[in-house]
Amino acid sequence: MKKFILAVLAVLPMLAIAAGPSMQLDKANNDLRDKESLKRGFEAYINNCLACHQLKYQRYNRTFADLGISDADGMENYMYTGEKVGDHITNTMPAKEAAKWFGSTPPDLTLEARFRSPDWIYTYLRSFYVDESRPFGVNNKVFKDVGMPHVLQNLQGVRTMDEHGNLSEATGGSMTAEEYDEFARDLTNFLEYTGEPNKLERESMGYWVIGFLFILLFFAYLLKKEYWRDVH
Amino acid sequence: MFSNLMAWIEQRLPLMDAMNKHAAQYPAPKNFNFWYVFGILASVVLVNQLLTGVWLTMNYEPSGDGAFASVEYIMRDVDYGWLLRYMHSTGASAFFIVVYMHMFRGMMYGSYQKPRELLWLFGMLIFLVLMAEAFMGYLLPWGNMSYWGAQVIISIFGAIPVIGDDLTLWIRGDYVISGATLNRFFALHVIALPLVLVVLVFLHILALHEVGSNNPDGTNIKKPKGSVPPEEQSKFAFHEQYTKKYDIVDAIPFHPYYTVKDLVAVVIFLIVFCAVMFFAPEGGGYFIEAPNFEPANSLKTPEHIAPVWYFGPFYTILRIIPDKLLGAIGMFGAIIALFMLPWCDRGVVKSLRYRCTAHTVNLIQFAICFIILGVLGTLPATPLNNMIGTIATFGYFGFFVAIWIYSKNEKTKPVPERVTG
Repeated sequence: MKKFILAVLAVLPMLAIAAGPSMQLDKANNDLRDKESLKRGFEAYINNCLACHQLKYQRYNRTFADLGISDADGMENYMYTGEKVGDHITNTMPAKEAAKWFGSTPPDLTLEARFRSPDWIYTYLRSFYVDESRPFGVNNKVFKDVGMPHVLQNLQGVRTMDEHGNLSEATGGSMTAEEYDEFARDLTNFLEYTGEPNKLERESMGYWVIGFLFILLFFAYLLKKEYWRDVH
Repeated sequence: MFSNLMAWIEQRLPLMDAMNKHAAQYPAPKNFNFWYVFGILASVVLVNQLLTGVWLTMNYEPSGDGAFASVEYIMRDVDYGWLLRYMHSTGASAFFIVVYMHMFRGMMYGSYQKPRELLWLFGMLIFLVLMAEAFMGYLLPWGNMSYWGAQVIISIFGAIPVIGDDLTLWIRGDYVISGATLNRFFALHVIALPLVLVVLVFLHILALHEVGSNNPDGTNIKKPKGSVPPEEQSKFAFHEQYTKKYDIVDAIPFHPYYTVKDLVAVVIFLIVFCAVMFFAPEGGGYFIEAPNFEPANSLKTPEHIAPVWYFGPFYTILRIIPDKLLGAIGMFGAIIALFMLPWCDRGVVKSLRYRCTAHTVNLIQFAICFIILGVLGTLPATPLNNMIGTIATFGYFGFFVAIWIYSKNEKTKPVPERVTG
C-alpha cells in the first residue's frame, strides 16, 4: 500500500510541467495593501487609459470605498464626465469606430490582471519599442503587433530593439527609468485590484476560517477517540 | 408530549426505523481505512454544490449578453457572492478529486464484484451524470474558455455517422454555440441533472445498504445465521433487517462510530478545500482557467484550448486517435470499460491484499496511466505528448484486458475469515 502511494506521488510532479512559462516576464512586486500606490494607479488609469479601455464591471464608489477616498473627493478628482457615483467606470468611445481605428476594439481591462497576470501587465507597459512597420510606429515585446500606440511615450521615452531582440534604455521621456517603473507598478497594482476587489478580504477571511477548522479538528479528534474506546 | 408526537409519526411513516436501518444500527466493518472517507466527502461536496448553486442562481443571468457580466456582478456587488462562487467552482474540482479517489478505492478492494455490481453501476451512472453536469456548468460563466471548450466537446458528437451534424445542431439549438445553448445548459445544469444526480445517489446508498459495505480485506461480515458463537459476534446491536438472516461479525454501527470518525475526515478535507478556495481559488489556472476571464468570443480562440482538468484523461484518449469517429469511440469506450469492470474481473477474491502480484502491478500501472492521460489532457498535442498518450491509452485499456485474462485462474493468497485490522 505504501509503495503504491509512493508510486502515485512520484508521478504527481509531472503536473508541474503543465504550467510551463511561455515568455520571460519581469516581476511587478506590487502590493495590494499599499493604498497610496493604488490611488496613484487609479489616477494614472483615469488620465491615460480610460479614454479607450473601460472598467465596465467596476464601480466608482466601490473603488473610492476600497481605496479610502470619500465620495465627494472622488467625484471631484476622479470623475470628469458627469457620471453618477455608483456608475461603472466606462467611457463613451464608440466600439465600432474604435475597431476601425485600431484594428480591434480596445478591450475592457477590469479583469486583465486575471486574464494575463500582474507581471504581464507590468512588463507590457515597459516593453514598447520603435517599429516603423507598424501603423503607430511602435511594437511591443510581450504582445507582438499590438494594435495600440504607446500612449505613455512622453513619460517613458523611446526604446529601440537591437538585432538580438534586446531593448535599449528609454530616452527622451519626462520620467527617469525608476520613476516610470514605479508608475507602471502603480497601474499594475490598480488593475490587480480591479481584477478582484475582494482579494484581501478573501485572504484575511481564509486565516480565520482555517483557524476555526483546526480548533474544530482538535475537538472532532477527541470526540472520535472517546467514542472509539468502545471499539478497541 | 414529544414522544407521543414521535410515536404518532412513526406509526404513519417509520422514520426512526429508517434512521436505525441506515445509520444507528447499520453494520459497518470496523476496519475501514483512509480510502473509505471519500464517499462521505462526495456527499459533503454534493450538498455544497446544491446549496451554493441555489444562491448563485438567484443572481445569475442565463443569457449570452448578460451571463459574463452577471458573474462579475456576483463577484463584486452581491454580499459574499465571491465566496459562493468560489465555493461552487472549487467544489466542482473537489467533486472529481473525491469521486476519482472513491472509484479507485472500489477498484483496489474489489467493491464492484459480486454482489455489488449494481452498486457499482449506479456509481458509474453518477459519474457520467456528474461529467455532464460539470460540462454544462462550465459553459455558464460564458468566458472564452467556456465557449471554446464547449465547442470542442459538442463537436465530438458530430463524429457520429449520418446523424452527427443534426445531433450537434440539436444539442446546441443553433448553428454555433450561442445564447440558446447557454439557456438550455442552464436549465439542465440547475434542474434536470441535479435531480437525476440526487436520485442516483439515493439509489447508490440504498443499493449499498442492501448488500452491505465491503472492507479493505474483502471479507464478508455477514455470516450464515447460527454459524458464529455469540461471544464471537459483534457486541453491538444491529437492525433486525440484518440480524434476522445473518450473524454479524467485525462490525460496528455506522452511527455514532463512523459519523464521528468521518467528521474528522470532513474537517481535514475542509481545511484543504478552504486553503485552495481562500488562497488560490483559480487552482493554479486549473480550477478557473485564465482565458475564462475574457468573455466568450466566437471570433477569437484561446491560444490553447483545453477542457477542464477532470476531463483530461478522456480528452487525451479522444485526441491521440487521429480519426475523429474512432477517437470518440475510444473516449466513450474508456467509460464503458469502467462500467463493465464487474464482468471483466472474473476473480472471486476481492481485495488486492490477497490477489496475485500481477493484479497489484496492473492496478498501479492503471493509476499511473490515468494520471498521465489527465496531465496530457491539459497540455498541447505535441508529437511527444501524443506518443506518451498512446502508450498510456494502451495501459488504460490494457488494464481491463489483463484483468480478464489473469483473473480466470488466479493464484490468490488465502483470504482470512475475519478482518485483520
